[in-house]
Amino acid sequence: MSQFTDPPPSANSPPTTSARKRLMLMARPRATKANALAALLATLLGFAVATQVRQNQSLGLESLRQSELVNILDNATLLSSRLDQNVRELQVTRDQLVSGSTSGAAAVKAAQERLDALGILAGTARAHGPGVRMTITDSSGKVTAPVLLDAIQELRDAGAEAIQVNNVRIVANSYFSQGASGVEIDGKSVLEPYTIAAIGDPTTMSSAMEIPGGLSENVRQLGATIKIAQEKELTVGALRPLSSPRYARPVPPSTPTTP
Amino acid sequence: MIPALGLLVGLAAGIFLHPVVPLAVQPYLPIAVIAALDAVFGGVRAVLDGIFNDKVFVVSFLSNVVVAAFIVFLGDQLGVGSQLSTGVVVVLGIRIFSNVASIRRHLFSA
Repeated sequence: MSQFTDPPPSANSPPTTSARKRLMLMARPRATKANALAALLATLLGFAVATQVRQNQSLGLESLRQSELVNILDNATLLSSRLDQNVRELQVTRDQLVSGSTSGAAAVKAAQERLDALGILAGTARAHGPGVRMTITDSSGKVTAPVLLDAIQELRDAGAEAIQVNNVRIVANSYFSQGASGVEIDGKSVLEPYTIAAIGDPTTMSSAMEIPGGLSENVRQLGATIKIAQEKELTVGALRPLSSPRYARPVPPSTPTTP
Repeated sequence: MIPALGLLVGLAAGIFLHPVVPLAVQPYLPIAVIAALDAVFGGVRAVLDGIFNDKVFVVSFLSNVVVAAFIVFLGDQLGVGSQLSTGVVVVLGIRIFSNVASIRRHLFSA
């Protein structure tokens, strides 16, 4: 740009004052036709500048050229495909999270079912359902621990799932013994009359008790009385504290079992 | 003085009247504005040089605007509208720069 490499000012220093004078002279209002025309043009210019600035600030797509529109369209398409990909990724993530939470809920449900089943087996949970209630009244003390054990065994054979004698829960490692004061179950003294509550199929269990040569007959031969009542709803409410095994440890599922 | 007042009046009118530029004129208005600015600076420079002529100013103003708009129009028809507008803006910008430099030398001797 040549105007940036000006000649030194000394070359045209005299015209400074005259140039200013000329500008002043020109700036004076003159009522000539050309001056009015120039004023009109200047008005138009100002109007056009303001209009264009305003227009440019509120620029819409309609004022753009074809190539610019194509550029914008390209950008929009690119952006949209990128967002599409984002959407797909997020959907995959969401599906994974949803299926993960449902399988987690299923695992919790399965664990709860196992907990319930094991709680009933181990006697740490109350149980209710249909079953039989037997009352053995033995004033002469002839009904001993083996007879009661027989009764429990018969009930188990008939499918009893939860058994309680008086207020002692019968579990896998329950034991019967004959103590000084009578029958003891798991070291607790159990007094006559013996009430045995068993949850299971009422018909099967009561018929198992009643078969000839079965429990009822034995008890009656010993001089005691037995009452068997089938009940639609029965609660085995006695609990047994959970004792963790001192010696036995679970074998990890992956290890092969050795006899 | 009167043209300067006219410029201000035009600016105010454009700001407050909210005019809408017709669609057909939209590509040409910015170029026309630049061309008119070039004519105005050329006029001021002519005043300072002592060779100002009212008639020349009016004619150069109008012809600048028309030619600039026509070039852009032609470019649009030929498919090189945006490139040609850029070229016109560059040329007019250079002219405005050189005019302003001349005015500056006159007024400030620098």
